[in-house]
Amino acid sequence: MSSLEETLRHAVSAASEAIVATATVADLLAIEPEVLGKRAPVVAAQKSLGSLEPDERRVAGALVQESRRAIEELYTAKKTELEELERQARCAADALDLGDVVPQSVRLPIQAGSPGVVAITQRTLEDVFVGMGFVVAEGPEIETDWYNFEALNIPPAHPARGMWDTFYLDLGEPETVLLRTHTSPTQIHLMEKAVRDGSLPIHAVMPGRCFRRDTPDARHLAAFHQIEGLVVDEGITFADLAGVIETFTQAYFGPDIQSRLRPAYFPFTEPSAEFEITCTICRGDGCRTCSHTGWIELGGCGMVDPAVFAAVGIDADRYSGFAFGFGIDRCAQMRHGIADMRALNDNDVRFLRSFS
Amino acid sequence: MRVPLSWLSEFVALPESLDDLTGLLDDLGLVVEGIEHVGEGLADGVVARVDEIHAIEGADRIRRVIVDAGSGPLQIVCGAMNFVEGNFVPLAPVGAVLPGDFAIAERKMKGVTSFGMLCSGRELGLGDDHAGLMILDDHAGVAPGVALTALLGIEPEVIVDISPEGNRPDAWSVVGIARDIATRRGVPFTDSAIALPRPSGSGSVVASISSPDLCGALHVYEIDGVTVGDSSPMIARRLEQAGMRPVNNIVDASNYVMLERGQPTHPYDATRVAGHHLGVRAARSGETLVTLDGATRTLGTPGRGLGDTGVDCVIVDGNDTVIGLAGVMGGASSEIEESTSKVMLEIAFFDPMTIARTSKRLGLRSEASHRFERGVDFTQSEIVASRFVEILRMTCPNASVTGYANAQGALPELPRITVSESDISRLLGTSITVEEAARLLRGIGFGVAVDGVSMTVDAPASRLDVRPGAAGRADVIEEIARLYSYRRLERRTPLWPQPGGLSPVQQERRIIRDAAVGLGWSEAWTASLISDEDLAVTDPTATPIRVTNPLASEESIFRTSMLVGLVKSWARNAERGFSETTLFEIGGVATHPDNSTSPRRARGGVGGSIEMNLPVEREVLTVVLGRIDDDATTAVASWSVLADRLGLADVAVVSAEAPHGWHPTRHAVLRDVRTGHDFGRVGEIDPSVVRHIAISQFAERRLGILEIDLTALRDHESVTRRDVRVPVPSRFPAATFDLALVTPKNVRAHDVRRALTGAHPLVESVTLFDVFRGGSLPENTRSVTFAVRLSAPDRTLSESEVADARAALLAAAGELSATLR
Repeated sequence: MSSLEETLRHAVSAASEAIVATATVADLLAIEPEVLGKRAPVVAAQKSLGSLEPDERRVAGALVQESRRAIEELYTAKKTELEELERQARCAADALDLGDVVPQSVRLPIQAGSPGVVAITQRTLEDVFVGMGFVVAEGPEIETDWYNFEALNIPPAHPARGMWDTFYLDLGEPETVLLRTHTSPTQIHLMEKAVRDGSLPIHAVMPGRCFRRDTPDARHLAAFHQIEGLVVDEGITFADLAGVIETFTQAYFGPDIQSRLRPAYFPFTEPSAEFEITCTICRGDGCRTCSHTGWIELGGCGMVDPAVFAAVGIDADRYSGFAFGFGIDRCAQMRHGIADMRALNDNDVRFLRSFS
Repeated sequence: MRVPLSWLSEFVALPESLDDLTGLLDDLGLVVEGIEHVGEGLADGVVARVDEIHAIEGADRIRRVIVDAGSGPLQIVCGAMNFVEGNFVPLAPVGAVLPGDFAIAERKMKGVTSFGMLCSGRELGLGDDHAGLMILDDHAGVAPGVALTALLGIEPEVIVDISPEGNRPDAWSVVGIARDIATRRGVPFTDSAIALPRPSGSGSVVASISSPDLCGALHVYEIDGVTVGDSSPMIARRLEQAGMRPVNNIVDASNYVMLERGQPTHPYDATRVAGHHLGVRAARSGETLVTLDGATRTLGTPGRGLGDTGVDCVIVDGNDTVIGLAGVMGGASSEIEESTSKVMLEIAFFDPMTIARTSKRLGLRSEASHRFERGVDFTQSEIVASRFVEILRMTCPNASVTGYANAQGALPELPRITVSESDISRLLGTSITVEEAARLLRGIGFGVAVDGVSMTVDAPASRLDVRPGAAGRADVIEEIARLYSYRRLERRTPLWPQPGGLSPVQQERRIIRDAAVGLGWSEAWTASLISDEDLAVTDPTATPIRVTNPLASEESIFRTSMLVGLVKSWARNAERGFSETTLFEIGGVATHPDNSTSPRRARGGVGGSIEMNLPVEREVLTVVLGRIDDDATTAVASWSVLADRLGLADVAVVSAEAPHGWHPTRHAVLRDVRTGHDFGRVGEIDPSVVRHIAISQFAERRLGILEIDLTALRDHESVTRRDVRVPVPSRFPAATFDLALVTPKNVRAHDVRRALTGAHPLVESVTLFDVFRGGSLPENTRSVTFAVRLSAPDRTLSESEVADARAALLAAAGELSATLR
């Protein structure tokens, strides 16, 4: 018994001496078989336990385990230490004072770059609307339920909230902070600011990234881009909305593509409409894409609901307005015939470079 | 809502063409999601008796069959093998058209002419059975020549699947849809249902409401003389076509009336309801109920949803025991059974929001809850009860109402709204007369009193979505526009004096993107949501902005950096054989409010009443330079191009301690020298990160990285721009010379250049063009060589002027311990 203890103590001290003495990771790896591997005394001691009586074996086994763990800990600690030292040494050898770089002496390879297809599409859309007298506004991707829902006339627990599959964040009370499900909260920020600054009217489009808790497939991504429009001015009517949609449709899709509106429901507009455009595949003749109707759905729109004006404090007797919104990714998909939306965030350079 | 057209046409004349009908429905906002034809092509089918079966020489998969379809022997070639002589089978004779526009014609196979086709169930559009012919022997009245429609009791039917919008409680019923169509088409809406008078006595039934806010009205009918059995084939077929499973004549009658009128009702076996008493109250916290689907539901407990109070409305019996989840699902204990002979029928109005919350909390959606949460028409209980009895009597002629009781709670007030012609034109931009508007509104049940160019409108109980006041006026005008047709409304392109345009920020973003593309980079879009592991690479100590309900743990945290996403995208491309790639992304990242000294503040919570701390979002450009030979040097050179495009006046590349994920000794921050603000960094990706992410072939690749905080760049206080006013270059020759200066290593080349530039008024430019270390230079020094141009706007410089300037430059260099080499 005592001889086993003796053997183990000796083994531990010999091993720790050997470990401490190493100066490189390679050295340490080289002594591993001696201190912990097949040739190691602790491993041999473990093998010898089989010949002992059960009671003795238990006590001796615990001793062997303890010694083995002690050596392992030492070994691991040393390994971490040496690796870090070697990493530091490597980095020191690799050090470069970036302030000394002479840009003119660096030869950059020549190759055409490529903007993202979503970015290109967004730019084209923005330019069309800028030409029509709109400014471009932006808002945050993380919102509170007030901006994303309640100020848009969708109260808590209202069934209409079910229209959006929302990602909520672990911030504040449950279901108060979320990833915006549409760009409409930017409308609220814009109207609040205009009321605060006394800077009405508003003629703005608001592009941005939105999120819906939707398993990605060929037609949907959990993150997507929308562009939203808002006009708040005196004397604005549904006729202006229909006119703006039509002007945009022809400017963006081409003169032979028309728009039409059909009734829909959105809590933040009244009257509300879904807007459809001539199918861009069959030019209205009817095909599979448009389910043989000649029309495809593009987005939603409507006259700003009085409840929304009330939430932001705009005088609905003086001002009226309209809003519309649709998918930027969907426009990109239509223009470039992208069969699977997942290509948009796969980042495969063969796809990316198609937009050089 | 699946609507068989034969049902709809009981109430209104439909357009002849189906295309016209679907076009009309779409234009009414009753979106047609699908159209299904049942029994299409069945009309031409007849019963045929198999009289002879013969083999065809040289063919073992088809046989020659002689059948009698009522007009003598007929030769058919048939590939099915599942029938024998004497069987009755369906025949599509020559000229018949089967589903899928499959026209039957004479056809010759292996030299034998076939005068028609014997059909399987699937070929007739009657199910999926295509194992062989449909054998009709067991059908009553089977005989050669009998029409299949008559034999099977199936009429050809078209079912339209309509998806009503959220503000159309009325459109969840056949009657509501019929009213829309009648009003639009200007044809009569005909409803032959008659409300039978209620019995004078209550019989044995009792009704009570102890939570008047949860239940506006409760009507309980006692109906005796009931025998439970199957519904009539017509009722069962329509329910099936509408997507509901026939159960028994009582449940079916309840469902039929619901689909037709929009009012869910609930039948109870009267003997199984203690005291024949139906009461309504709020569930006590923790109470349980076994619902019809066999699940045990715990009630009265708030869920985690915002604004969820945990209130459940329940139906109780005379012992105050919960026997049903009001408006959502009945309880198992009082279900209709085969032995039921007396029924208690509940017709109620429940608070829509309460039903919506209960349904959402318990994840329990039913046809009933769907309608209650949109608000049912509480004025039609008599007609609903009458219709229930009428349908029940088709199978139970002796059924009769023997008692009635009711209780009242708080019903919603129906708004009265005034609408004038100018209100209509002010919102729509189209003039519609009040007379026309009144006609349209009356058609769908609104009460309208016209007074000159104005009218007073009473919203019907079938339209509880209509709000009071100004919002209600918009609701009513939407109805007018909808029934009038959006396509007939005017269009006008508005003009306003304010110019459109991009903000400076947006213009600058375009400049950056264009510069990036010009440098040969490809724009990527990586996920905004990342994993714990990804976060640990760049921000191991950050508090994660965690998604409560992620789709997957790999996408559960809002990113603080795009570094990992871009490196992963580069690595995937490298694996595919495209390692010669530089990816950039312009996107949002965010910092948890707990990690920020000035978090974003915004209103949140119910009513927007709480001022909340929110994550700070920043827009960042991140570039991962992955082409062969790219490294930190490439990143710096690329940066200098961007800096020029951005018109930055004085930015130094300053070595600094690297953040996580970056190469520890190949990193520098981009610092505005005048303000001392950092707004970006350049360097390389930490080699251990590359090793971890890339496959072994690319594990030792250097990846340059450049990151610019565009949000910080926009802060005019902290970033100095080039003066927009520019000097005209001198027309006189410039004096040029190089200065090779030996400086201590820790003196920045940028500072020396800056000192030289400011040392003399004749300096036109100073450009670093060489850095040299080692050789004969002392330890801890290096040589930096600048090209200097001197010029004056009005003259050629004299030698002494140049010498003076050079001396001034050397003196300035000397102050930074830089000496001529």
